[in-house]
Amino acid sequence: MKLGILINEGPYQHQASDTALQYVKAAIEKGHEIYRVFFYNDGVNNATRLATPPQDDRNITKEWSALAKNHGIDLVVCVAAAQRRGILDKGEAERNGKDSDNIEEGFRISGLGQLVEAGIQSDRLITFGD
Amino acid sequence: MSEDAIIKKFMYVNRKSPYGTIYALESLEVVLITAAFDQEVSLTFTDDGVYQLMKDQKTDGIGMKNFSSTYAALGDYEIKKIFIDKESLEERGLVLSDLQELVWEDEDEDYAEKSSINLVSRADLSKIMNEQDIVMSF
Repeated sequence: MKLGILINEGPYQHQASDTALQYVKAAIEKGHEIYRVFFYNDGVNNATRLATPPQDDRNITKEWSALAKNHGIDLVVCVAAAQRRGILDKGEAERNGKDSDNIEEGFRISGLGQLVEAGIQSDRLITFGD
Repeated sequence: MSEDAIIKKFMYVNRKSPYGTIYALESLEVVLITAAFDQEVSLTFTDDGVYQLMKDQKTDGIGMKNFSSTYAALGDYEIKKIFIDKESLEERGLVLSDLQELVWEDEDEDYAEKSSINLVSRADLSKIMNEQDIVMSF
């Protein structure tokens, strides 16, 4: 089955991203296709490579990044939600006159149309949120 | 658009009060984009989400942008189905006339204005949700 994933909460504060991560891993193991993972609301905070959780804790952002690298999963961060919350790639940082970017490898910033497209193209769209 | 052949039923379920969290505002942003993709879009307001449609919102005192006028534009985006959870209204001591009147224009009837608002019971709402392809909850 082709699955679209929507994550609406930030890491650590809320379980949504952890649960989505486990779900996506399980889905891949069972042979399903992940069409796209879309990060919205505070979910965009999953994309910052500047987060430094304690060493004995999980690093959710790194885990997403590894999934993207190993399985070619498309991780998309909503541009409008990201701008509000200070999540930037190089291009966005330059466009907005900021002195640095902070997006983790494997994530990309794009518009809400990517979420709608995931809804249209996937067999199921599954929301992880509050 | 490459996916113009596919039209799905998207329902957005709004459950939170308008300014306590950002869910209401960011839900509205997805709704408008979805309509721009020519999908069949409906909205449900339930729980504290019914407060999102309250008339005469004034936000000066809390320093936040009043976005409630955007709901009136939904009809222009061909969003004609707005479902209000009857029990949620009643639980909060509200009646329909406390909410904005949302309309769409029927071009087949000389652009007559028709109400987009449907007051439905939770039991009926669950049936309507079952008919959707995509339900996103904010």
